[in-house]
Amino acid sequence: MPADRSRTVRDSIGLGLAVGLYGVAFGASADAAGLDAWQAMVLSVLMFTGASQFALVGVLGAGGSPAAAVGSALLLGTRNTVYGVRMAPLLAPRGPLRRAGAAHWVIDETTAMAVAAPDRETGRLAFWATGASIYLGWNAMTLVGVLGASGLGGTAEAALDSVVPAAFLALLWPRLRRGFAEHVVQRRVALGGAVVALALTPFVPAGVQVIAAAAAVALAGRPRREVPA
Amino acid sequence: MSAVWIAVVVASLGCYALKLAGLSVPAAWVEQPWVARIVDFVPAALLAALVAVQVVTSGNELVVDGRLAGLAVAALALALRAPFIVVLVLAGAAGALVHVVTG
Repeated sequence: MPADRSRTVRDSIGLGLAVGLYGVAFGASADAAGLDAWQAMVLSVLMFTGASQFALVGVLGAGGSPAAAVGSALLLGTRNTVYGVRMAPLLAPRGPLRRAGAAHWVIDETTAMAVAAPDRETGRLAFWATGASIYLGWNAMTLVGVLGASGLGGTAEAALDSVVPAAFLALLWPRLRRGFAEHVVQRRVALGGAVVALALTPFVPAGVQVIAAAAAVALAGRPRREVPA
Repeated sequence: MSAVWIAVVVASLGCYALKLAGLSVPAAWVEQPWVARIVDFVPAALLAALVAVQVVTSGNELVVDGRLAGLAVAALALALRAPFIVVLVLAGAAGALVHVVTG
C-alpha cells in the first residue's frame, strides 16, 4: 500500500534525524575519552551499534583497559544477535553477500521499525530505509560531535563530563519506564549493576567493574515458563 | 598500532560478527529462555554501571563533583519527558555551573 510505504519512509527519515543527536553526543564522548576523530569515525562506520560504542569509549574514558572496553562493547552487542534471529525470516537475504550487508544494519531501531510494520514487504522497506537513514545521520553527526568537542576549554570540558553520563542515562531510561517489558525487574537489575560497579571500583582495574556489573542480571531471576499459545 | 586502535578494530569486528551470527545460526540456538533472559537484562546492568562509574568515580576512587549535579538534572528532565537534546544541554549546564562556582 503506497500510504504505508510513504509513512514508513517518512518515519525512517525522522528516526535518522533523532539518532543523529545521539551521534553528536557519541562523537563528543569519544573526544572526551581521548579518542581521535579517525577512531570515533571507524567506530561509527564499522561497529555501528550505539550502546556498544558508548560503552567502549566510556570504559576507555574511565581509564579502563582496552580488553575491558572490548568486553563491555561485545556484551552489549549480543542484543543484535537476537535481533538477527528475529529478522532472518523477514529479510531472507539471498546469498552470503546480501546477508553480510544486511547484518551490518541489524540494530535496535531497524528491528523495531521492521517488526512494527503491517506486512512483510513494508517490514523489509522499513529495515532498509531506517538502516540507510540512521547510518547516514549517525556517521555525519559523529563527525560533527568529535570535531566540535575537540576545541573546548576548561568549563566546556566540565560540561561535557556531565553530558556523557546524561547520554548513558537517556539510553537506559526507556528500559526503566512503565510500559517497558518487566520494567520493575529492569529497575532492580539496573540498581544492582550500579551498586556492583561502585562497590568494586576501589579494588579492580578501571573498566573491569563495568563488565562485572553484568552479574546483576542474576537479579532478574529465572526465565518465565513459556505460555503455550 | 596503539592499544586504543586495537580495541576499536577488535570490538568493531566482534560486534559485526555478533550481528552476522544472528542472521546465520539456527534460531533454536539463540531462542532459549535463559539466553533471552540474559540478553533482555544485560543492557540495564551495564548501562547503569556505566552511568555510576562515569558520574562518581575517577580511576579507583569515588569522587563527588559537578557530574552528580548534572546527572540529577538529567534524571529530572528525563522524568519530565524532555527531548534528548534538552536533557544533555541541561546536564551540561549544571555540570559547568558547579565547576565555575566551586572553581
